[in-house]
Amino acid sequence: MPPPVDLPPRAAELRAQVRAFLAEERAAGSWVPRSDVWLSGWDERFTRELGQRGWLGMTLPPEYGGAGASPLDRYVVTEELLAAGAPVAAHWVADRQIGPTLLRFGTEAQRRKFLPGIAAGEVYFGIGMSEPDAGSDLAAVRTRAERVDGGWELTGTKVWTSGAHRAHAFFALARSAPRDESDRHAGLSQFIVELDSPGVQIRPIPLLTGAHHFNEVVFDRVFVPDEMVLGEVGAGWRQVTSELAFERSGPERFLSTFPLLAALVGELVAAGATGTEREIGSLVSRLWTLRRMSLAIAGSLASGNAPELAAAIVKDLGTRFENEIIDAARLLVSIPPDPGAEGGYPRLLADAVLHAPGFTLRGGTNEVLRGIVARGLGLR
Amino acid sequence: MTDTTDTTATGELAELAESIFAEASGTGTAFDAALWKTLEGSGLARLTLPEAAGGSEGSFTDAAAVLTAAGAHAARVPLAETDLLAGWLLHEAGIALPAGPLTAATGDLDVADTAGGSTVRGELRRVAWSRAAAGIAVLTPTRVVLLRPEHVTITDGANLAEEPRDTVRVDGPATTAEIPPGAAEQLRLRAALGRALLLAGAARGALTASVTYAGQRIQFGRPIGKLQAVQQQLALAAAEVAAASAAAWAAAGAASADGMTAPSTRFAVAAAKARAGEAAGAVARIAHQVHGAIGFTREHDLRLSTTRLWAWREEDGSDAEWNAEVGAAALAAGADGLWPLVTGRP
Repeated sequence: MPPPVDLPPRAAELRAQVRAFLAEERAAGSWVPRSDVWLSGWDERFTRELGQRGWLGMTLPPEYGGAGASPLDRYVVTEELLAAGAPVAAHWVADRQIGPTLLRFGTEAQRRKFLPGIAAGEVYFGIGMSEPDAGSDLAAVRTRAERVDGGWELTGTKVWTSGAHRAHAFFALARSAPRDESDRHAGLSQFIVELDSPGVQIRPIPLLTGAHHFNEVVFDRVFVPDEMVLGEVGAGWRQVTSELAFERSGPERFLSTFPLLAALVGELVAAGATGTEREIGSLVSRLWTLRRMSLAIAGSLASGNAPELAAAIVKDLGTRFENEIIDAARLLVSIPPDPGAEGGYPRLLADAVLHAPGFTLRGGTNEVLRGIVARGLGLR
Repeated sequence: MTDTTDTTATGELAELAESIFAEASGTGTAFDAALWKTLEGSGLARLTLPEAAGGSEGSFTDAAAVLTAAGAHAARVPLAETDLLAGWLLHEAGIALPAGPLTAATGDLDVADTAGGSTVRGELRRVAWSRAAAGIAVLTPTRVVLLRPEHVTITDGANLAEEPRDTVRVDGPATTAEIPPGAAEQLRLRAALGRALLLAGAARGALTASVTYAGQRIQFGRPIGKLQAVQQQLALAAAEVAAASAAAWAAAGAASADGMTAPSTRFAVAAAKARAGEAAGAVARIAHQVHGAIGFTREHDLRLSTTRLWAWREEDGSDAEWNAEVGAAALAAGADGLWPLVTGRP
């Protein structure tokens, strides 16, 4: 693990501001805390509110609408939002991944086009990586990018794209050169595809709850101009994997069910329950530890490192922890889940149970992550 | 997997400690006098104590670097006892520190003041390394007491790792002093922090041994570490090692930054000892499974790590006990106070 990190003193002030804002929002009843909000809590009004307060795209330079803040500042804002169960799905991908990636690999024109809107909470993005035959084995993507006059023509199918039906654009990973069996990672490129482009079809893939978050995105000879190629043609694999430490170690990898844990504590206190300290303590000790690990990685990322191994470990432990909260809740109180409830413990439990299978799949299955850890140990 | 990847003074200290403890590794159970001499010579034996107590004035983060290395190499020396516990308690109480290794205990001794000093009487149980100690610092309900070897009778005992945990009887003269304010609580936290760091080190030791063995042991025509089933288990162990290590280091960092008795440090130490204790069982189980039958015998050194994991998770407060404290704090904080409790200071 990277060395422990302490947040800078100014973080306390920022945290207090975020908490005050969230308290105000909750008092006004503008949203209800939910489980797994970064997938399911799409609320464009809330996202724009965050943008107005300067809490989106925080790490972007001011000329692109950001605050030039440290990733640790962004960490404080995101963990507060997630812990509160606030609706953050609309901006989640854009704020976490798209902004930093555009800053790193994007052209000046691409940055000018998208970053200010991302920071304002008005431009939403998706990620187009998985395909019907390319899940854990991402190098197997088959979406083709054919060279045409002035750009590329994309044909293929992306799946599990969260929010594509509401997003403005997404990053599509496609094969721009024929597959080379001696180097499966070569010949992949990233494209910025505006989702209202001719030839793009978006079809819902309902979750097992019936809710519409996932989509299938089909390209039928979709034209992408040269100026919408992201980074270098053929460097798609390197570009995609360079962001993985960001994607795997954030607070969303262990806080998806935190609102349920808080509600569980509330139920235990209300019922005057006794003898539950050890179980609650075990969860809280694990949570505290995960947060320290995740912060250490955030600090390391802020210093320009990419601790991919440590990030894989946080995601493995963190997503299992999200499930452990559900197990403990069921053990400690006898309140049945209710998917129809407006909010509160029954709804938090219902959503947590029904969303849990995704926790250990998204962002790389835990088994694949353990393979990365095994490689780091020198076993592969 | 190293505990820290930085190149700071703590990183250099970690390297020094690593080389000293790796050199000293052996399989006996007795006090390692040669190692102790090296530790004294290099200023690590009294790392965190003030100069006035013969110490090096290091931080708790420095102690983390040294104690995790000691745990990883199953060092047979009362390092946490001397530096974090007895040395601190005696110095705070204004009692001159005897030279050499020390140990500490909490217990109820009868203390009677006499014209020429004090006499104490009673029995202490499961005292770590007392048979090797030049002095035993005891926190009784009324006084801090320093016992010298010549005035005690020791009956050998041991923990699961065959480390000395002796019964000490005393009936004779001793140096005593007033109890410094808050000493009992601070001693308890220091012991838990030291033990959590040792646990994190022992967990790393067990993982390192397992990874090495998996690379050497051939079955089905290849090293067992090439089997995905084994790789997945070792990755799980590595995650537990990382968690134990992160928790223990973070608690040491909190103690360095805020002082040992700050509420945030108390919470951190409780959570760290609990988390490290939970990791201990998982790591030991996987380490033995990977080693197969040989690891289950006295012919193999794996037991030096795993028996310490099993022994230390119970000592200075088990994970059950510390989790109960963390849980009580969480329930007292309530639904809305839970998250602020976890984030603590910014």
